[in-house]
Amino acid sequence: MTTTVTPTTPPRTRSRWSTLLRARELPVTIALVLLVVFTYAANPLFLSAQGTKDLLLNATIMIILAAGQTLVIITRNIDLSVGSILGLVAFMTGSLFANVEGIPIWLVFLAGLAFGAVLGAINGLLVTVAGVPALVITLGTLYIYRGINNWWAGGTQYFAGDRPEAFGNLAVDTVFGFPIITLIAVVVVVILAIYLGGARSGRDLYAIGSDPAAATLFGIKVSRRVLFAFVANGLLAGLAGVLYAARFNSVGATTGSGMELDVVAAAVVGGVAIFGGSGSVIGAALGALLLTTITSALTALRVDKFWQQAIVGILILLAIVIDRIAALRTARKLRLSEARDD
Amino acid sequence: MTPADASAPPTVASVLSLRGAVKTFGPVVALAEGTIELRAGEIHALVGENGAGKSTLVKILAGLYHPDAGDFRIDGQSVAFRSVADSKAAGVSVIYQEPTLFPDLTVAENIFIGRQPRGRGGLISKAAMRAEAAELFARLGVPIDPERIAEGLSIADQQIIEIAKAISLEARVLIMDEPTAALSGVEVDRLFAVARALRDRGAAILFISHRFDEVFALTDRITVMRDGRYIDTVDTADATVEGIVRQMVGRDVDQLFPKAPAVIGDPVLHVSGLTRRGVFADVDLEVRAGEIVGLAGLVGAGRTEVARAVFGIDEYDEGTVTLLGRPLPRGKVQRAIDAGIGFVPEDRRKQGLVMDLSVAKNATLALRHQLARFGLISGSRERRTAQDWTRRLQVKTGSMEYAVSTLSGGNQQKVVLAKWLATEPRLLIVDEPTRGIDVGTKSEVHRLLSDLAGRGIAILMISSELPEVLGMADRVVVMCEGRVTATIDRSDATPEAVMHAATRSLASSETGADS
Repeated sequence: MTTTVTPTTPPRTRSRWSTLLRARELPVTIALVLLVVFTYAANPLFLSAQGTKDLLLNATIMIILAAGQTLVIITRNIDLSVGSILGLVAFMTGSLFANVEGIPIWLVFLAGLAFGAVLGAINGLLVTVAGVPALVITLGTLYIYRGINNWWAGGTQYFAGDRPEAFGNLAVDTVFGFPIITLIAVVVVVILAIYLGGARSGRDLYAIGSDPAAATLFGIKVSRRVLFAFVANGLLAGLAGVLYAARFNSVGATTGSGMELDVVAAAVVGGVAIFGGSGSVIGAALGALLLTTITSALTALRVDKFWQQAIVGILILLAIVIDRIAALRTARKLRLSEARDD
Repeated sequence: MTPADASAPPTVASVLSLRGAVKTFGPVVALAEGTIELRAGEIHALVGENGAGKSTLVKILAGLYHPDAGDFRIDGQSVAFRSVADSKAAGVSVIYQEPTLFPDLTVAENIFIGRQPRGRGGLISKAAMRAEAAELFARLGVPIDPERIAEGLSIADQQIIEIAKAISLEARVLIMDEPTAALSGVEVDRLFAVARALRDRGAAILFISHRFDEVFALTDRITVMRDGRYIDTVDTADATVEGIVRQMVGRDVDQLFPKAPAVIGDPVLHVSGLTRRGVFADVDLEVRAGEIVGLAGLVGAGRTEVARAVFGIDEYDEGTVTLLGRPLPRGKVQRAIDAGIGFVPEDRRKQGLVMDLSVAKNATLALRHQLARFGLISGSRERRTAQDWTRRLQVKTGSMEYAVSTLSGGNQQKVVLAKWLATEPRLLIVDEPTRGIDVGTKSEVHRLLSDLAGRGIAILMISSELPEVLGMADRVVVMCEGRVTATIDRSDATPEAVMHAATRSLASSETGADS
């Protein structure tokens, strides 16, 4: 009996603990819990059925965008054009419902996803073929896509009344208290989390971001994978665009302007390393939830609008500082252990 | 026929053979005749000086370079690798001195990236991957946690992971490129145990090392290269250290590198007990006015690191640096410049010059504070100073205003020298002053250095080229693995003496016998 007791259990629990403590999603989770608990204590209405629903609805679109952005950032790239893609697709959605009589909702979804994927593919091709940093390429397409949107929309705006009621109800009806569009976002996050954690090509994305030169040396198809990340991100920005049209009353030339920075902020706050190689979509989704919740919470606590933005900024800096400290500690440990070996 | 085959010892089968491989880069011949033959079940050493062509040969075997000519066979079949994937598929794995792992991925994932074991639904089975990695490490007898991320692993562990990967790829040829350079004694023993176990299972191992004690302890045969050419292959049992060293350096130090005799004056630089933990330790150095001190050693011996610490680029942990009797503060480049040190770095394109700026601006870069009036640099003074020095050094350029990137390598190096000479230094540190410079300009740079020493400047010259060190230096200080292993006067400096000290090969017994 005693001989069969192996000492594997104690180290394993310890390593699980340390895995949990080292998890990049931990800081954002703690921040989110603290924020919700504190705000609820100060204002219980914050977590009423309607309050919760509003929180989730506000976070939905940001969650989808942050999840898509994570795919790109993990490969040591970035896509700044997502706000413009969302705007274009949202306007196309409004335009389809207004101008094509009786168009089925699924077809509009399909068109939005396809349009987003095409815009993402343009980004991806420019980055992989031209070899120009994604920051520059997508800064360019940010303006180009927005320009197309301006030219197309002009002063036109489409309102919720132009769209079928069933479409708008996606953002109203709930299943087990969750709005339908939020459930769509959850499905997206789960699929991407499984893909990034469990598919060979998903793991390749991490390898590429971790060391692009080594990835090429290992025979990983770097260009193809990066292109895929951009297409998938564009597709998800397209999905977000369609859902935006379901959620909000009006879509026009400026829809989605400036969202790209919130998206990148959400991913970074959620523990996605801006230089690639680590992070998760779950973290990014939590980051999106945290940033949108802060806005609601501070409003509920009657904090000035100015402070809301400053607090978001402080969170970003904190996320990066935490990351940096962890990296420095590893480096110091390494140097010390090498010195000891001498 | 069949019985004969079966009875033949498997060790004589040639797994990999490369004959007469040539590799050139433009006018530079990196490999003139690369020849090596590896048999199953042997550990084969490849030795040669810096620049003998070992790395080029390894890169050909690894599929990174495609040879211009030569016969390359695996199992007697002619092969032409186009990529690393090709060489891996043919069963050739390379373990580099500093392995390239993905720092953010787990150890197990680093071994199996791109071919992770799959389980349910085509998804990666983390459990299977962990188990396979753990089994590999158990076979190697090395306790590494497959689940930890690769970042922060010691070099030794990273190499073991590369070996584990090679085994899982069923590699039959394992090339280790100076694997022990960064390892401690215990780690070297562990690596050797693993290498012997692999050999006994029939793998062919190519072991590249500068340490003769290791070569003789571990290998079965030794191939010597020199100046890009195959020299000889001998059975280790029949070889001696002296014989191998002679084959490695076997050429005359000709009169290409003359240093004119100069009056040697008072000490300018005095370094005592300089230590940067994990990099170099207890380094003592003295350079006197008019003297050229050659800092010799193999790549990675810590020579550049010492120079950087002296110049204040890097911090150091212990020791003192004294210039002209006055201590220099650590980690302050501007103070070092003000005190009279000039530093010509190894990589002039990245560290010595601002490639897009004009010749005039580069030549006066170190002087910009003196040339400024009210914080603004005067263009005419800048041009005058630059003209003065570039003329004295005979820099060939169409105009002072041309971008320095348009000049040849030799002339670029002269601009770097001009930059420091304009500050009227008392000590000039030159790191690999003639690397990548054609032979004609090389001797011009040497003449220049000799001339500067003649004017009383103290020169500390780091060089990996043995003839350059022996021809130019009044004294040779040899470093090996972060420590000074010998200080040899010009009259006693022979290639053999320097190589012995640089490879620490029986260094203590050799110097003991000499003195």
